[in-house]
Amino acid sequence: MVENLLQVRSVNKTYAGGRRALHDINLNIHGGKIIGLLGTNGSGKSTLMKIAAGLIQPSTGGVEVNGKPVGLETKAIVSFMPDRPVTEPWMKVSDAVAYFKDFYEDFNVEKARNMLEFMNLKANDRISSLSKGMNERLQLTLALSREAQLYMLDEPIGGVDPVARGKILDAIVEFYNEDSSIIISTHLVRDIERIFDEVIFIRNGEVVMHDEVENIRLKHGKSVDEMFKEVYAE
Amino acid sequence: MSIEFDNNLPIYLQIMTYLKKEIIIGKLQPGDKIPSVRELASELQINPNTVQRTFQELEREGIVETRRGLGRYVTSEESKIMAIKKEMAGDLLERFIRGMQELGFKDQDIISIVEDAVKQS
Repeated sequence: MVENLLQVRSVNKTYAGGRRALHDINLNIHGGKIIGLLGTNGSGKSTLMKIAAGLIQPSTGGVEVNGKPVGLETKAIVSFMPDRPVTEPWMKVSDAVAYFKDFYEDFNVEKARNMLEFMNLKANDRISSLSKGMNERLQLTLALSREAQLYMLDEPIGGVDPVARGKILDAIVEFYNEDSSIIISTHLVRDIERIFDEVIFIRNGEVVMHDEVENIRLKHGKSVDEMFKEVYAE
Repeated sequence: MSIEFDNNLPIYLQIMTYLKKEIIIGKLQPGDKIPSVRELASELQINPNTVQRTFQELEREGIVETRRGLGRYVTSEESKIMAIKKEMAGDLLERFIRGMQELGFKDQDIISIVEDAVKQS
């Protein structure tokens, strides 16, 4: 298993206009883990993911994936699912798959086919006609069908109904490749905490806790959800 | 297989208890193959590493054995199964007696209450 799959060192991010999104973030994530990146809206989750995915630059500090600074080489082994669809409304499901296949060398068409079937998505479905839940299922399929080492899913269960949510969690457990790691950002902790190895709590752009979930239960006799509510109580 | 999980307690302990019960009541027989990590994780919708940890602990306690290349099996030693049955019964009893004592019941009262309850059920 890869040690230090993702290393974040003293990362700060201040957006133009002066809003400070991240403050002195230090993280170390190993391979073979499912990690929850938990925080309320605006806490800095998406910013951190985008920096690790190489979509935006930190103001100071550095991020390495598998020992290499974020760049072309790391983008090839990082699969990022942003919180907005990456597909175009005119596409059919099959177009989206073909688009990903063209774009990413590590895209596994066979896996995509299996996942689409699992998700009850048809190749001929038009993306503009998909419900929010079905669209999330498609986005997840596209992201997880790459043979990446690090997957980052930004709010994969936000705004979808409990049925779709269950299906998405099933798919993550079912299709997860145990050598890789998955970071999942969410503010919906209760439904998802059982699939995490570790959780990172981020508040106002700072990491306030990073621990194994079973440790939290053992040490505090609390669910991650209760811990979350305590940490974010205002 | 279905478990009502309590998220306040370590999940691996809850799966351990669940599997032990299945063994004690004979749903899983001595020598039976148990599901793989992957199967159980998918079925229960939980983290595969948590299931892995459950199995490691059960192995450590000698309740489950790994046969190289074949998977994991319930121990064939009936004495081990009797031992966990006694252990789980002991835990239940201890909790019950402590609870009753906290309610102010004396030993003799507890015994007669249990006797009545057993007769009724």
